[in-house]
Amino acid sequence: MSDIKVAIKDLYKIFGSNPASMIEKVKNGISKTDLLENFGHVLGLDNVNIEVKKSQLQVIMGLSGSGKSTLIRHINRLIEPTAGSILVDGENILSMSQADLRNFRRSKASMVFQKFGLLPHRKVIENVSYGLTIQGINKQEAFEKSNQWIESVGLSGFENHYPAQLSGGMQQRVGLARALATDADILLMDEAFSALDPLIRSDMQDVLLSLQEKLHKTIIFITHDLDEALKLGDNIAILRDGAVIQSGTAENIILHPADDYVTDFIKDINKARVLKVSSVMTNKDSVQGPEIQDTVIIEDALQIVSQSGSNGAVIVKDGKKIGTVSLADMIMAIARSTKNTDSDTVYR
Amino acid sequence: MSLFAEFPKMGRAELRDFKKGIDESFKDFTRDYGEAIEHFFDPLLYFLVWLERLFLNSPWPIVMTAIAILVYFGSRSLKLTFGAILAFLVIGYLDMWEDTMATLAIISVATIVCISVGIPIGILMARSNRAQTLITPILDVMQTIPSFVYLIPVVMLLGIGKVPGLLAVCIYAIPPIVRLTNLGIRLVDKDVMEASEAFGASYSQKLLGVQIPLALPNIFAGVNQTIMMALSMVVIASMIGVKGLGVPVLRAISNQYLALGVMNGLAIVVLAILFDRVSQKFGKRLQAHTESMK
Repeated sequence: MSDIKVAIKDLYKIFGSNPASMIEKVKNGISKTDLLENFGHVLGLDNVNIEVKKSQLQVIMGLSGSGKSTLIRHINRLIEPTAGSILVDGENILSMSQADLRNFRRSKASMVFQKFGLLPHRKVIENVSYGLTIQGINKQEAFEKSNQWIESVGLSGFENHYPAQLSGGMQQRVGLARALATDADILLMDEAFSALDPLIRSDMQDVLLSLQEKLHKTIIFITHDLDEALKLGDNIAILRDGAVIQSGTAENIILHPADDYVTDFIKDINKARVLKVSSVMTNKDSVQGPEIQDTVIIEDALQIVSQSGSNGAVIVKDGKKIGTVSLADMIMAIARSTKNTDSDTVYR
Repeated sequence: MSLFAEFPKMGRAELRDFKKGIDESFKDFTRDYGEAIEHFFDPLLYFLVWLERLFLNSPWPIVMTAIAILVYFGSRSLKLTFGAILAFLVIGYLDMWEDTMATLAIISVATIVCISVGIPIGILMARSNRAQTLITPILDVMQTIPSFVYLIPVVMLLGIGKVPGLLAVCIYAIPPIVRLTNLGIRLVDKDVMEASEAFGASYSQKLLGVQIPLALPNIFAGVNQTIMMALSMVVIASMIGVKGLGVPVLRAISNQYLALGVMNGLAIVVLAILFDRVSQKFGKRLQAHTESMK
């Protein structure tokens, strides 16, 4: 229990003139369209339950309009929910006073934004130290701390530039450094890399992953990009029309998609890059080959096996053999599935 | 049938009593509170008189140098500085120095009053929609009502003199700074505000650290407009006893002195242009850093 950092429980958000009066209808299962057409209210979040473990990178993914940006703003209460609770370290965010909430935002949860949200009239160093100066830390100390973060996101030398003088990727590095500088345990990232072009995005994902290896923050990362979700997420929750339709590890989602929507979603991704050999492991003694770790992804395993000329590989964990994997099984696993790929299906 | 032929109106006697009632009650109010209100404005009067004396009693080369320095530091433009010196030399040579100094004094004080009252009102309007819906029509009235109309109660209350003149100028000149402060704050990028909120900024930290700095270009446009409108009130203010360039203009109107009217009118124009250019350049310099290197 104690390793749960953020727990979102039975969270509902309804937009409209009188959301409280609609909550019963929503709980009784009225559809989003019905609610809008007959009562003029918009269902933003529908009974969301997510538990984020400490030091995990939780991805929440969904298409536009699925409620993911609404959801992340509930965690630091930029948006008030209609019903439900949000526990951070066991404490309910929703029962906090304004002053407590400000303290929470200052020291416990920091945020990175899709459109960066940098202060255009302040230099990079002043932007990075913004969270610290809000806390009342004196300028010199704040600048010293900030300099380390500027260095760790690779922006040394740009301290005295203004945001408008930087490229998009560099601006988001400033945004990331600003969020890290407050030493908050929780990092909320709202489509943080979506506004960047693909190369820079991939670059920033690597920056984030390498920082996470050292920092072990609890990160909640919003994205609409499945490849990004699979690359970053320890755990992924898929959101549709405000409801979580599947939650699990990347492998889990790819191997056992919960419904047609998810199946359709994942059909175009490169499974070889996501699935680990352990997920297609069997115990056939007929398979011989080089030893590989259980956490190796199939893409790498295929290369090793084909170079060795054998018909498969032996999987080891902690130096002990735990199973085998055949070449054929690996190829089957990454082959594009033929069922449920009706391309005429249209999802809103 | 008579209802269609003639507009139904109040009886002559009732209407007279109605108007008289309002006049009487305002006169009573004046008698009771006039003195207190006058005293309330005393500090303003002292300041205005002090500033006017400072301008008038200092030797003209010193005033000229001070103006030149202010213009230069406001605009960082040598061209504008020399233009200002030349303009003031001509004004002095044509014997308008004293009136110009008096006008300069009242415009300075009016601007200070408008800024220190107008910006907080603008901030209040930006913070609360109710305040905005309440204040906006008042500003509309202040800008459109003929100045002579509000001169009547002001003169009844405070008599003839500098303070009522100053009030009349401020009533006319304050709306732009209020409006543009409100607008500027409301136009601040929502994403930046959200970021500030997400980092736990308090109201004053948001206001002073984000909203005001980012609204400065608009606020400055408001200051600029306020100064221009204050200058355009100089002639009307002179009708109720404010010294300055308006007095000779007024004399020129009643006596048909063409040259006198045009000269003093142009002196007002010169002041207006100077204020405008300097405050615009200053405003631009304040926000230069937000622009990217092009």
